[in-house]
Order: sequence, then C-alpha cells, then structure tokens
Amino acid sequence: MSVVLDTFSIVAIVAGLVFFLAGTVGLLRFPDAYTRLHALTKADNLGVALVVIGLLPQMDGVLAALKLVLVWLLVMLSSAAVSQLIAQSVGRREPGE
Amino acid sequence: MTALVALVVALLLLWLALWTVVARDAFVAVAGFVVYGLLLSLVWVRLAGIDVALTEVAIGGGLTGALLLGAVGRLRGTEAEATAERSGAGTRAFAVLLSVGVTLVLVVCVLALPESAPTLAPQVAQNLPATGVGNPITGVLLAFRSLDTLLEAIVLVIALIGVWSLAPDRFWGGRPGPRYSADPDGILAYLARLLPPIGIVVGLYLFWAGADHPGGKFQSATILAAMWMLVQMAGLGDAPRIDSRWVRAGIVVGPLVFVAVGLLGAWQAGAFLGYPDDWAKPMIVAIEVALLPTLVLVLALLLNGAPARDPARGPVSALAGGPSAGPLPSRPAIPPGDRPTHPSDEVQT
Repeated sequence: MSVVLDTFSIVAIVAGLVFFLAGTVGLLRFPDAYTRLHALTKADNLGVALVVIGLLPQMDGVLAALKLVLVWLLVMLSSAAVSQLIAQSVGRREPGE
Repeated sequence: MTALVALVVALLLLWLALWTVVARDAFVAVAGFVVYGLLLSLVWVRLAGIDVALTEVAIGGGLTGALLLGAVGRLRGTEAEATAERSGAGTRAFAVLLSVGVTLVLVVCVLALPESAPTLAPQVAQNLPATGVGNPITGVLLAFRSLDTLLEAIVLVIALIGVWSLAPDRFWGGRPGPRYSADPDGILAYLARLLPPIGIVVGLYLFWAGADHPGGKFQSATILAAMWMLVQMAGLGDAPRIDSRWVRAGIVVGPLVFVAVGLLGAWQAGAFLGYPDDWAKPMIVAIEVALLPTLVLVLALLLNGAPARDPARGPVSALAGGPSAGPLPSRPAIPPGDRPTHPSDEVQT
C-alpha cells in the first residue's frame, strides 16, 4: 500500500513541478504583463494543487492533512487576489493595452 | 543532496543581496529585498530556527518590505533626479574603501571565532522548566534576557513617537497617512472581508502557541497588524486618530505592565524582572498579553506613518459626532486634489 501511495506522491509532485517550471518559463518569456500574469497564476495554482495532493498521503494524521489543505486554499486565495490587483494596476498605468 | 540545495540557496542569497544593492530602481531593490527576506527565512527553517524564520518572514520580508514600499512611493517624484546624480570620484573611492574595510573586519572576526563557539544553550535547557514555558526562545526572551525584550518594546514605542513627530503642527492629533479608497465591490475589499477572520485566528494561535512551540507575540502582532492594514487599504476602515486615548493607552500598556512586573520582581524576588518561584509562567503570560496590543498598534501605526490629515477637517469632525458616526459619513471629505498622495493613488494618472 505504501508503495502505491509513495508512487502517487512522486507522480503528483513531479507533475506539479512541471507546471511550476512551465509557469516560470512563461513568466520569463511572455511579452507583456497580462500574459505573464496568466502564465504565473494558472500554472502555479495547478502546480501548488498537485504538490499538495501529492503530499497529502505523506502527512501523519488527518489534522495535518487538513492544515495542508488550508494552506493550499490560502495560497489560492492570495494568488488569485494579488494577480487581479496587479492586472488592475497595470491596466491603470497602460490604459491603451 | 541536501548539501547541494543548501549551496544553491546560499549562492542565490548572495546573488540577491548583490542585486538588491546594485539595483538602480528603488522599487526593484525593494522587491529584491522582500524576496531576500523570504529566502532567508527558508535558510532559518533549514537551520531549525523556526522562531527566527517566522520573525524574518513577518518582520524582515513583510513589514519592512511594506515600509520600504511606502518610502519608494513617497520618493517617486525625486527618484529620477537622484539616480541621475553622479557622486564625485573621491566619494566613490571612499565608499569602496569603507565597504571593503568593513568586509575585511567582518572576515577577520569570523575567522577569529573560537572553534567551539561559546554557548549558553545547555544552561537555558537546564533552567527552562523553572520558567514554566516549553519554548526555549520564549524562555530566553521573557525570562533569562527579559531586560532586552523590555528595551526592545520601549524602542518600538520611541520609534513610533519619532515617526509621529514628523507631522506638521496643523496635522498633530489627526489621522496618519492617506485615507485609502478602493472599489467596495472589488477584489481588495473582498479579500479584506474574507482574510481578517482567518488572519486573526492564525495570529492569536501563534501568540498562544508561542509558550511551547515556535511563535509568540511578535509574529502574532505582525499578522494582526497586517490584517488591520488590509482592512484600511481596502477602504473598509480608517487609521485611528493619534490623539485617541484608546490608541495611546494601547501603545503604552505593554511597556508599563512589563516595568510593573519588573518592579514586582525587585520587591518579591530580589531583582528587577526577577520572577518569584512558581510565578514565572503567569507573569510571562501577563507580559505577553500586555505587549500584544502595543505591538499590533505600533507596527500598524508605523506603517501608517506620520499624521497627515487635519484633525479638525478630517472625516471625524466635531460636527460628525465622533467615531460613532458610522462608516458612510467617513468617506473622504477631502477633495481629491488636496489628498496626500500614495503610490496606489499615483498610478491612476
């Protein structure tokens, strides 16, 4: 059983890291602020989700797992809110784009 | 493998530090500084200094970063001039000499450290049970070296007084900083409604857990102050008037209780800040509880800055009937052109 869980963790976390890498490449390569934000928030949220899902079976106890889920929700909330704020600020600064 | 990770993080830290120093743009430098603080907290986690990591990420990255961002916003107007200015060859040579000299002294000091560093850790571990707290950091901060913590609290209050004294006379007693306004249906207002309940619970948990686990009043106060600032920046609340009795009482209650406990120790235990037998834990808790409002107020008001709104003309005038007038009358009564500028206001142009 533990082998199955470990394999699940490894696959999920590696997949999450791939999304992080993709998000970072997007951040570095995309031409303007909006597309960079897009790459960062979409890919990183998925990356964080996969890493958290991968780590869940490794936590000892339901309470620790719940904490991890709470952290994930907070990260999603903050990244969603902050990306909107950054986009708004960019929009005000460059109304033409 | 872990050594490789440590090496990469150390190199990254050095590179970030250099980047922060050489960055020409102030905003970029502050961004670098914040990331530096976050990365540094990871280093502290790796060194098993969870308390230090929490403080670094809350104070070093978060609070100082926010303070510096505020400073960048204020300096925006003069930044181009300042960067265009080239200092003379003599000044530059002197700066290089000074930096190299300080670095050399530091290198010599680090190399001259004794092989096994002097430590008081065994004594702390041995005497910790007498204090009644389980977290050695809290034990050191509030029992063994409580004088340092007392002075630290007083220094923070003095720093706030220093910031306040930058206010022009006509604003004295008024509210600090700009009155933030944001779209009441926007994402910031949404976040400011959703996050503070969670943040307050987390902050109070950190405060209470500090007795036996990493955490404590400082980290907790930073989180609580951040929640307050979020509410203010979303336009849902306003900074308090600095002549409010409650604000002033909250600011001095921590140091006052601390000194009172110290005097009680001088009377009961024979030394200033000495704790009578079996009374250490309740006294430590009393100090912590009294310091929490002080720290929250001081940290938030430091971020708010000097009073910048006329007490007589501000949202709470004598006519409006005081703070009980409700949220609607306290919408900006100051015409937009007259409002103190803030980085978030500036980008609207």
